[in-house]
Amino acid sequence: MSTFELERDVDRSHMQVSDRVAIEIRNMNKWYGQFHVLRDIDLTVYEGERIVICGPSGSGKSTLIRCINRLEEHQAGGIVVDGIELSSDLKNVDKVRSEVGMVFQHFNLFPHLTVLDNLTLAPIWVRKTPRKEAEEIAMHYLEKVKIPEQALKYPGQLSGGQQQRVAIARSLCMKPRIMLFDEPTSALDPEMIKEVLDTMISLAEEGMTMLVVTHEMGFAEQVANRVIFMDAGQIVEQNAPSEFFNNPQSDRTKLFLSQIL
Amino acid sequence: MTDLSYVRTEMLSERDPPLSTTGVIGWIRENLFNGLSNSVLTLASLAFIYWVLSHFIPWFWSPTWNGTSLGQCREMIGAAGKESGACWGVINERWPQMLFGFYPVEERWRPILAFVLMFVALIPVLFNMISRRWNWFLLALVLFVTTLFVASGWLAVVAQVLLVVAMIWIGRLILVTKVSDRADEIKAGARRLPNPLMFSAAFVFIMPWLLWGGTVWAPIATAFGFVVGWGAFRVLAPVAGSLVAMILGVVAAVVWWLFLVGPVAAGLHGLLPVGLEPVQSRNFGGLLLSVTIGVVAISVSLPLGIVLALGRQSDLMLVKWMSVGFIEFIRGVPLITLLFVASFLLNVFMPPGTNFDIILRVIIMATLFSAAYIAEVVRGGLAALPKGQYEAADALGLDYWKAQRLIIMPQALKISIPGIVSVFIGLFKDTTLVSIIGLLDPIGLSNSIRADVAWNGIVWELYGFIAFLFFIITFLMSRYSMYLERRLRTDHR
Ligand SMILES: Nc1ncnc2c1ncn2[C@@H]1O[C@H](COP(=O)(O)OP(=O)(O)O)[C@@H](O)[C@H]1O
Ligand SMILES: [Mg+2]
Repeated sequence: MSTFELERDVDRSHMQVSDRVAIEIRNMNKWYGQFHVLRDIDLTVYEGERIVICGPSGSGKSTLIRCINRLEEHQAGGIVVDGIELSSDLKNVDKVRSEVGMVFQHFNLFPHLTVLDNLTLAPIWVRKTPRKEAEEIAMHYLEKVKIPEQALKYPGQLSGGQQQRVAIARSLCMKPRIMLFDEPTSALDPEMIKEVLDTMISLAEEGMTMLVVTHEMGFAEQVANRVIFMDAGQIVEQNAPSEFFNNPQSDRTKLFLSQIL
Repeated sequence: MTDLSYVRTEMLSERDPPLSTTGVIGWIRENLFNGLSNSVLTLASLAFIYWVLSHFIPWFWSPTWNGTSLGQCREMIGAAGKESGACWGVINERWPQMLFGFYPVEERWRPILAFVLMFVALIPVLFNMISRRWNWFLLALVLFVTTLFVASGWLAVVAQVLLVVAMIWIGRLILVTKVSDRADEIKAGARRLPNPLMFSAAFVFIMPWLLWGGTVWAPIATAFGFVVGWGAFRVLAPVAGSLVAMILGVVAAVVWWLFLVGPVAAGLHGLLPVGLEPVQSRNFGGLLLSVTIGVVAISVSLPLGIVLALGRQSDLMLVKWMSVGFIEFIRGVPLITLLFVASFLLNVFMPPGTNFDIILRVIIMATLFSAAYIAEVVRGGLAALPKGQYEAADALGLDYWKAQRLIIMPQALKISIPGIVSVFIGLFKDTTLVSIIGLLDPIGLSNSIRADVAWNGIVWELYGFIAFLFFIITFLMSRYSMYLERRLRTDHR
């Protein structure tokens, strides 16, 4: 895997884990037809945590974080996000979705809208923010991801790394309390991986609660406060990054780490 | 072993392509005469084109514009020393009929005005390159020209003065500000003229009134039905929930349209009788009939088709199976069968005494027919969208309808443009089928013209003229679809 080296020191002054629960997953199970994808998942995420989830392909990482904003439905157990229980009640689902931002592997920007319109769409239509204010917010976040000059271009005119940064800014415009990342750098060239990870690090420095599915172990070591290893739909091991990488307990974890490092 | 290493010391500069591949000669060599078989094909095609034109042009170029019967045409052709030629006298004599059917001559300004106003109404819908000012200016201009032709008396003078004032005012606005300055003014929150789409919406009610005439209160009362439905929804929504209120709102509007529009319009007409001379549907004919059926069916079938496409993908089983059933049934039945049903069978099911207009019946059938095809075309567009687009919309918290309207449909419809326009072109050409149930569209008229002793035996000239009329309209439609595709191309692939 790529070995990501950070040039600057990570500023940890705002990276504090509070004791308030952001996400509570209790004994959660999910099936695709007969296939048992997620088995007895128990996970409590506190506000301000930066959790990296790793594991072999097909182990259910994507499915797990997609259950958190109900892009996938779970069939047993419970998920409470920010005090809201996820059930078939659509009102709750919409509320959770507007509190939780998500960044996808393939960006999923809206190709028929300019970058600026991509960013203002949800604030205007979901949050009912006036257009002018929404545009100011959008420009603020575009500056933060360092591409304000691309505001009037279409996504198709940007490089992959720029598109992914726009996608991050699009989520941030909704002022989410939690951010989910599903392999945000897996579709990118090495040069662009760095710019996206940089953006994610500055987000972490501001104290955002983050769940990141990634194989960028450099990122995990420097930024995460907890690393979770999944295999065959289960959480196999979790620990602080230093312990996780230097002293893995389970054989599966050891095997996985030996393959990717 | 030779040394394989190599280092470039000097970078190459840019050069022009060789002359033999550019310019006219280059193009001809490249495209028409590259290789033996292509050269042979080119020569054979040129010979064929020559052969066709050498027959067509002398036939077409025939001095018979003033002929009054087929016999006289033949004499004129003989006098010009030719063996054969077209007899254009029939077109000269009958073209107004081919365009308007038996629409009363002194009322023909109304379909013309409706047609011109249709363009004014369509501009803000179809194009986004014209400013609001120009659109309102155009409307004032059209109305002013109309008053010059058809109105007289002091009322007309007042209207003309008002329209001229409006034109001068808007014209001055257009002249004093540059387009780019105006864009900045609008950004800064300048007051704008009302959206011309208001007129487009009103035109929906103006058009039938212009064409069929009658009291002006009928379209006004019909339009008021939407206010009734909306009002019922607003009053009931807090009490009964939005879904129930929506259903009741629709019911209220339908009740209004079915039972109250007639009496209300008649009552208001008693108080203030303003109206146009009524024209019966059986007097409609020619291109007017085709365009009326085509325009209404096209504009209604698009939204209906979109709803059906969404219905087919719905999670609600009842909605899904109703959409599938409707689409498959309509696609399984030829249009001509539906037209026969419209013409003969529908009245059997209607309560006795109701007079359900024949053109309206045909329009409904044509609309349902093309809506089923549009639904399938749109479904293709929906299927072509990556799943990630739905997921991104969901993840941002957009609900189903907002996601459809803002994210999914704009992209799905863009993908479907060629298919949608094909359906519309097909629908417009299919309007000629109404001649089979006795309506006098251009084809129906050409049959009755040939029944006239003077023109008995004329075929090519009439069909050629009809083909020409249809070609203009369908060609414009296909050009428009290409323009739209180009305008909406943002993916930069
Ligand atoms: N929509 C689906 N239907 C059926 N099986 C699925 C679906 N999505 C994922 N799966 C299966 O579930 C398993 C977990 O998938 P995923 O969560 O995407 O794994 P990961 O992200 O860890 O690579 C895989 O075996 C995959 O084939
Ligand atoms: Mg995955």
